[in-house]
Amino acid sequence: MNWISNYVRPKINSLFSRREIPDNLWTKCPECGQMLFHRELSEALNVCPSCDHHLHISPRERFEALFDGGVFVEIDVPQPIADPLQFKDQKKYPDRLKEARRKTNEAEAMLVAEGKIGDLQIVAAGQDFSFMGGSMGMYVGNAIIAAAERAVKKKCPLILFSAAGGARMQEGILSLMQMPRTTVAVEMLKEAGLPYIVVLTHPTTGGVTASYAMLGDVQIAEPNALICFAGPRVIEQTIREKLPEGFQRAEYLLDHGMLDRVTHRQELRRELITIARMLMNQPPAVVANLPSPEVAAAVPAEPKAEAAPKAAAPKDTDAKPAS
Amino acid sequence: MQNYLEFEKGLAEIEGKSAELRSLARENEEMDVEAEAKALDRKAEQLLKDLYKNLTPWRKCQVARHPDRPHCADYIKQLFTEYTPLAGDRNFADDPAVMGGLARLGDRPVVVIGHEKGHDTSSRIERNFGMARPEGYRKAVRLMDLADRFNLPIVALIDTAGAYPGKGAEERGQSEAIARSTEKCLNVTVPMVSVIIGEGGSGGAVAFACGDRLAMLEHSIYSVISPEGCASILWKDAEKMRDAAEALRLTAQDLQKLGVTDLVIPEPEGGAQRDRKEAIRRVGKALEQMLSELDGKKGEALRKARRQKFLDLGSKALV
Repeated sequence: MNWISNYVRPKINSLFSRREIPDNLWTKCPECGQMLFHRELSEALNVCPSCDHHLHISPRERFEALFDGGVFVEIDVPQPIADPLQFKDQKKYPDRLKEARRKTNEAEAMLVAEGKIGDLQIVAAGQDFSFMGGSMGMYVGNAIIAAAERAVKKKCPLILFSAAGGARMQEGILSLMQMPRTTVAVEMLKEAGLPYIVVLTHPTTGGVTASYAMLGDVQIAEPNALICFAGPRVIEQTIREKLPEGFQRAEYLLDHGMLDRVTHRQELRRELITIARMLMNQPPAVVANLPSPEVAAAVPAEPKAEAAPKAAAPKDTDAKPAS
Repeated sequence: MQNYLEFEKGLAEIEGKSAELRSLARENEEMDVEAEAKALDRKAEQLLKDLYKNLTPWRKCQVARHPDRPHCADYIKQLFTEYTPLAGDRNFADDPAVMGGLARLGDRPVVVIGHEKGHDTSSRIERNFGMARPEGYRKAVRLMDLADRFNLPIVALIDTAGAYPGKGAEERGQSEAIARSTEKCLNVTVPMVSVIIGEGGSGGAVAFACGDRLAMLEHSIYSVISPEGCASILWKDAEKMRDAAEALRLTAQDLQKLGVTDLVIPEPEGGAQRDRKEAIRRVGKALEQMLSELDGKKGEALRKARRQKFLDLGSKALV
C-alpha cells in the first residue's frame, strides 16, 4: 500500500462512485449477520426473517403497521421550554437536538397518534430510540400527558410503546420530574377506567421503566428486549460478577413475574386488538373485510350475545382442576 | 475526630495546629499559647465561612455525602417521640436501607419513612449504604397506605445515592417498586412532606419525593444522575465530574429557582456535619412549618393540587 491507494483513492472514490449507490438498501442483522433487503425487512416489521431478531423500528413505521389501513392522526404535543438548564457537555444540548432531528426527521423522541385498530378507537404513543436514545425529557413527558388527556377525552385505551435509555440528562432534574408527571398521566387513565397497555421494546431502561413503562394494566414485551432499571454493565461493576445469559431480557422478566406476556412483533397488532377490545367490553373484532362504519354501528347487538357464552366457557375449565 | 473534605485541607491544617498548641500547653503548664491558639481559631473560622459561602456544585456533592452528616436515624431520634419502627414488605423481606414507622412530631402522630445510610462500617453494610432494594420501596408503599387509611401525615427523609443496582433487586422488580412508590406518593389523600437531607439520587429519591412539599437542606443535592455517572457518559471521562455537577444544576438553590424545591433549609456554618443537633433542629422547624401549611387539607382536593404541582413543573427556566 502507498499513499496513492491509501489517501488519494478513497477520496476519488467518494467523489465519484459512492453517490450512485443509495444507502440503506441492505441491512445486516446484528444477531445472525444475514444481509437483509430493505423492502423485505420493512414488510417483516424489521424482524429478521432468518433468526427472528427484532431490529429497531421507528414509531412512524410501527404506527403505519398498527392502525387500520395505516391511517392515523398525529396529536399535537405542547412544546416545553427549550434547553431550560443551558446544558453544555462536550456539545451544547440544542446542537445535540438539532443533530437528532436531522438524523431521524422527527421533532422529538415520542410520537403520539390516534386512530383505529380492529375498528376500535385508540391513542398510541411510541418512543423513538433513535432520537437521543429515546430519552425521557420534558417533551416526552408532555407527549404522554397529551396522549392520556386525549384518551380520556375520547374515552378510549392508550397503548404505549416504550424504548429508552432512561431520562435525558441534558434536562437534569426536569427530566427526572417526568417520572411523577407521567405517573400522573397514567393515573388520569386509571381514574377514567380506561385501559393503559404498555408494550416494552428493546431497550427500556432507567427512569422510564421506573415510571410509566411499568404501570400498565397489561404489560407486554417484544422478544429479547432488554428491560431493566440498572443496566447490566452497572450491575456487573457493582457486584463484580458475570450476569447469567438472558438476564434482564423480556423472557427473563416474564419468568420472574414482571410481565404479562412476551409477544412477537408480527403478532402484536392482533393481540393488542384482542386485549383492548375485551378490556373495553367490545365484541370480537371482525377479521375479514371491515364493514363500513354505518353497518358496524348497527351490528353490536348480535356479537354481544355470542360473546357472553364464550366468556363463560373459560370459567368452567378453570373450575374443574380446582374441584 | 473531624473528617475533612478534600477542599477543606487548608482548614484542617489550621485547626490541627491550634489543637496541637493546646495539647502542648496542657502538658507543659508554663507555656501560654492561648492567644496564639485563639488567633488560629479565628483564622479557621473565617476560612470556613469563606469556603462555605460559595460552594461549587461539586463541593456541594461532597458535603452532601459527608459521612458525619446526620442521617435519617439521627433525625428520627431527635425530632420524633414514640418512634415505633414497622418492618417488612409482606412479600419477601425487610430492607434495612429504608427505615420507617409510626412516630409523633410534636403532638402530631405521623408516618415517617426515610433512607438510612448507616454511620460506621458494620451499620453501613447492614443498611447497604442507603441504597434500597425493591423491598424497601414496597415497605414504604405499605406504610404510606397505612398513613392514608388512618389519616396520618407522611414525613419522608431522603438520603440515598440511588436505588441498589444489584442482581436480586432487578429480579424482584426494582423499577416496578420505584414506580409504585412514586404512584403512591401521588395518590395518598393525606399531607406528605419530604426533605432531602443529603443525597437525592435519581429514581431512588423520586420514589419518596413526590409529596405536597419538598424541602432541601442548603448543601444537599437532587439529581437525575450522579455527576460521576453523567461525566462518564457525556464526557466519556468520570474525572469530569466537576463539569457535570455544574451542568446538571443539582444544588438546592438552582432547584428552588426551577420550582422543584419549595424550601431551602439553611445549614449551620460549615455544613450540617459541623453542628448536627442544630441542623436537625432546623429541619424539624421546617417540617412543622410545612405540615401546618397543609393542616386541614386532605382528600381529593389535596391530591389534585399535588398532581397539578407536578404537571406544572418545567414552566420555569433558569436564567
